[in-house]
Amino acid sequence: MQDYVRPDSLSEAVAVMAVSGFRPLAGGTDLYPGAGTSLSGQILDLTAIAGLRGISQGPGLRIGAATTWSAIARAALPPACHALQQAARQVGGRQIQNAGTIGGNLCNASPAADGVPPLLALDAEVELASKAGVRIVALSAFLLGPRRTALRPGELMTAVLIPEAALSGGSAFLKLGARTHLVISIAMVAARLVIDADRVAVAAVAVGSCSGVAQRLTLVERALTGAPLSDLAGRIDPNVIAACLSPIDDIRASANYRVTAATELVSRAVLGAAR
Amino acid sequence: MIAFILNGKPVTCDAPATERLSEVLRERLGLTGTKVGCDAGDCGACTVLIDGASVCACLTPVAQVTARHVQTIEADSPDLTRLRAAFLRHGAAQCGICTPGMLMTAAELLAQNPTPTAVEVETALGGLLCRCTGYRKIISAVCDAGQGDSAPCDGPAIGQRLARLDGAAKVAGDSFGADEWPEGALILKAIRSPHPHADFTLGDLTDFHKSPGVARVFTAADIPGRNAFSVIPPFADQPAIATSPARFRGECVALVAFEPGADLDTTTFPIQWTPLPALTTPEEAETGPLIHPNRPGNRLIEGRVCKGDAATALAHSAHVVEGRMETAFVEHAYIEPEAGAAWMDGDTLVIRACTQAPGMDREDTALILGLPQSRVRIIPSAVGGGFGSKLDISLQPLLGLVTLLTGRPSRMVYSRSESMTSTTKRHPAEMTGRIGCDANGRITGVEFEGRFNTGAYSSWGPTVANRVPVHVSGPYLTPHITAKARAIHTHGPVSGAFRGFGVPQGALWQETHYDRLADKAGIDRLEFRILNALRDGDASATGQVLQATGIGPCLEALRPHWARAVAEAKGKPGRGVGVASCWYGCGNTALPNPSTIRIGLSAQGEVVLHQGATDIGQGSNTVIPQIAAEALGLPVSQFRLIGPDTALTPDAGKTSASRQTFVTGRAAKAAAESLRQTILRLANAGQGATLSLAKTILAVRDGNTLRQIDLATLPADAFGYALSAEETYDPPTSALDANGQGKPYALYGYGAQMVELEVDTALGTVRLLKFTAAHDVGRAINPTLAEGQIEGGIAQGIGLALMEEYIPGRTENLHDYLIPTFGDVPPIYSLLIEVPDPEGPFGAKGLGEHVLIPTAPAILNAIRHATGAELTRVPALPHRVLAALEGSR
Repeated sequence: MQDYVRPDSLSEAVAVMAVSGFRPLAGGTDLYPGAGTSLSGQILDLTAIAGLRGISQGPGLRIGAATTWSAIARAALPPACHALQQAARQVGGRQIQNAGTIGGNLCNASPAADGVPPLLALDAEVELASKAGVRIVALSAFLLGPRRTALRPGELMTAVLIPEAALSGGSAFLKLGARTHLVISIAMVAARLVIDADRVAVAAVAVGSCSGVAQRLTLVERALTGAPLSDLAGRIDPNVIAACLSPIDDIRASANYRVTAATELVSRAVLGAAR
Repeated sequence: MIAFILNGKPVTCDAPATERLSEVLRERLGLTGTKVGCDAGDCGACTVLIDGASVCACLTPVAQVTARHVQTIEADSPDLTRLRAAFLRHGAAQCGICTPGMLMTAAELLAQNPTPTAVEVETALGGLLCRCTGYRKIISAVCDAGQGDSAPCDGPAIGQRLARLDGAAKVAGDSFGADEWPEGALILKAIRSPHPHADFTLGDLTDFHKSPGVARVFTAADIPGRNAFSVIPPFADQPAIATSPARFRGECVALVAFEPGADLDTTTFPIQWTPLPALTTPEEAETGPLIHPNRPGNRLIEGRVCKGDAATALAHSAHVVEGRMETAFVEHAYIEPEAGAAWMDGDTLVIRACTQAPGMDREDTALILGLPQSRVRIIPSAVGGGFGSKLDISLQPLLGLVTLLTGRPSRMVYSRSESMTSTTKRHPAEMTGRIGCDANGRITGVEFEGRFNTGAYSSWGPTVANRVPVHVSGPYLTPHITAKARAIHTHGPVSGAFRGFGVPQGALWQETHYDRLADKAGIDRLEFRILNALRDGDASATGQVLQATGIGPCLEALRPHWARAVAEAKGKPGRGVGVASCWYGCGNTALPNPSTIRIGLSAQGEVVLHQGATDIGQGSNTVIPQIAAEALGLPVSQFRLIGPDTALTPDAGKTSASRQTFVTGRAAKAAAESLRQTILRLANAGQGATLSLAKTILAVRDGNTLRQIDLATLPADAFGYALSAEETYDPPTSALDANGQGKPYALYGYGAQMVELEVDTALGTVRLLKFTAAHDVGRAINPTLAEGQIEGGIAQGIGLALMEEYIPGRTENLHDYLIPTFGDVPPIYSLLIEVPDPEGPFGAKGLGEHVLIPTAPAILNAIRHATGAELTRVPALPHRVLAALEGSR
């Protein structure tokens, strides 16, 4: 088989992936840095498969894995997805957003992947296809660690699925870095709140860049559930957040700072999502 | 075969499917307007449009553009035409390396939104880095695309906002170091040390020689001349190709020449490394093993300035502040990695590469290669940013070696990480000291000690050690001072020149302590500075009696802005205002640095300016002709520029030390005046005569008398012109004595900047709101270019203050090493102050480095004003600001 294939159907792509050694390529934004003038090894280019692109609604939301961040940013989506759209506008610059895809962002499994916290707050699942068939895995179970996922040999991510129930409420995303654009985050938070009669009916809060994998803060969510809108900040316990996170010291920030910043961002994102 | 539509025309290419589109465009299709800055999507320089959408060509597999429309900077469209004109009008292109990417992304924006707001432009262009402009003029240009034309360049020359004379090339995709090479050129790749200090042994090279595409391997043993260079010849210590041990990470230890088209694979290069203990900090190094055996304590040099009795003055002062300040390695991060090509022209070795100093390149390359200087010709390419690092040779001797020994042309382009690891940095500084004032707030004395990490080799360490003590008083009357700065070798990257030669670090210490002292004395921080500002007739720390002293007028110009800003900040949590000053001596410190300029009138009726001052974006290709035109009395539009080129232009020295407008400007003025005198004599006309040139007829009108000289009829002079003049100017300075007393510079420029900002006290982040920058330029030869320098310098000062920290092995790319982006530079209001210096051309002073000096201390002062947090280390990353805030609570 050739070293480069660019099929236009998913079934062909899945067949190619069954041959060991092929690396999937979409926007290229994670594959090219560090490469030579061309990519080495066997490459399966997914960008000609129409079925992997685009967003379809109802029930729930299906986002093709090869959908670009630009397409997500400009789509008409419910307020629950605003955090995701805010993140989409902060993945690199416009050049990266025009090429980079949501599926690539997830499969690359960086602890600082911008797309992950908003998707966790949306209870997202990922659809994985192989010759053996299709399986659906919760995003939280798909991401195993820095650069590690639950993808099996021969499997391709084909879509990100958001259940209908998670499309309610408002959302907000906050990304903190040492500069405005083109920044790998020090910490980031996505929050989604469903408000009923001035009280929190559902809370979903996720933090990225502060642990090996971005995570939902279920203890914080529990404390927020039922809270009156006037007392959201009071329900957020810094000690609980600190206990949930396991940040590292690196060139961007100290671990202690990350905890402090994440706590502040959680409060702001929750208030933002409640607006 | 891959087929697509390129700039409206179908093309095909036979490239590997996943070859980077940037590579295909540049190497296979010959379109070099698309620039490569990082090969990682971090800088956006390679932006092209695919079906109208901007992408990084470096991240795009060529197969993905099959049957699609690709537009590059070589395209023409009404939007691009409007944008190009606006970029020229606004001075939005300086060096021009990021310009193609900027224009393409802006074209995408205008197609979707023909009248974008500043915020929309900032967001849309946020994926692109520029290191020269500070972004503000790019934003203005995109907002203003389609509004009128540039000022014509046929009127008076001085003080005019002329568009850059080299601007048309910049907005078309200029030809930088990587953009031209002879057919069949060998491609060079360096083998570099992965360790800060390591012994190495080369294995058997015979097998590697047989690898596909390898033409030849070169090691230190192949160097025919002296394998040691330095920008300051007595300190020559750096090998072009090192012998064991390697003394810093990134040092070149061997060189491989590949045949054109070969896969540049050096992974099997036979070399064995034995890492050795590395000296990382000056503290370790001062008591550690010697890196260079003849430099005890690993001390390269110490500079000092002693005047009066600082200790006694401080003992009797009403108020004294004491403290420290630390800075990091800072990377120049020009968007153009080093690149060039070499070939033989008969017996002459020709090297075309990016550089700030063609004359020095020639001297050092000739020494390394054992050639007389007459056999080396340096042609500077367009330079995609320099800021001091391209003063030192990098790939010039490597290209020269290969071409000299093989007789074949060669070319070399550094990768981003090679550029970052192997070239110079700003010196990290550890500074301590005391400043005192009397009960009235007048400065009594300063004690200062600075230790600078100069890295593995000398480079500009001596200059930094000398400049810092001379300048660390700031532009303030300081009767007693003891200031010492020493440069210490470590196994870190080589610290060299970076916009300000250590003065920005010293100013960070001095200006932050001034704020504390003003508070102690109970005097407003701006008024405290005005009270102490140097005035005409005052003596500097080196005992030099000053003239045309512009700091007072700069600070006074800030008064109304300061009053407004302080009032606006009052009562608003997190809001602060900061101010800081600068002064900076233009030209080499107490050393000769002549420039020579030649102007000729050809028999064909051209005014030819041999302009050897390398334009690295700062604008000497425009400013020098403006000065020459004014002095000669003919319009700029009639000038044709030659050079720089060591074979065609007399030496105008290096583009450093803020010297070109001043020193080369004076040479240009002298040459033009000399030519004018020749013309007036020939025409027997008086000094007030006016000149005009039409075809070969030079008309001289003196009152009612008109005399005409037909240039075509005059015999050729020694330079081959009908009439010509060549003049040299060397600034009058004197050597400094053992106490650093003397006249180190013939003139100084001054400035003061004020920043308004907002600190998020929960996160420690800083949002800059506005800069107001007053700079005494003596005479603004071209106000647009002067503003461009101010805005670009402020952007780099913002980086120094808030985000830039080069850590070897950790931040060797443009996503881990952060420089300011479009959203990080706030609006900048420039006040051009003109206190003409009799020594400057038409009164003009240098500006290029001054503009960076006050920025970082002004930011720290504003953070302290806003929150009370006193930072003693930059960059003020959010976690450091928050820690300082907690310390102040």
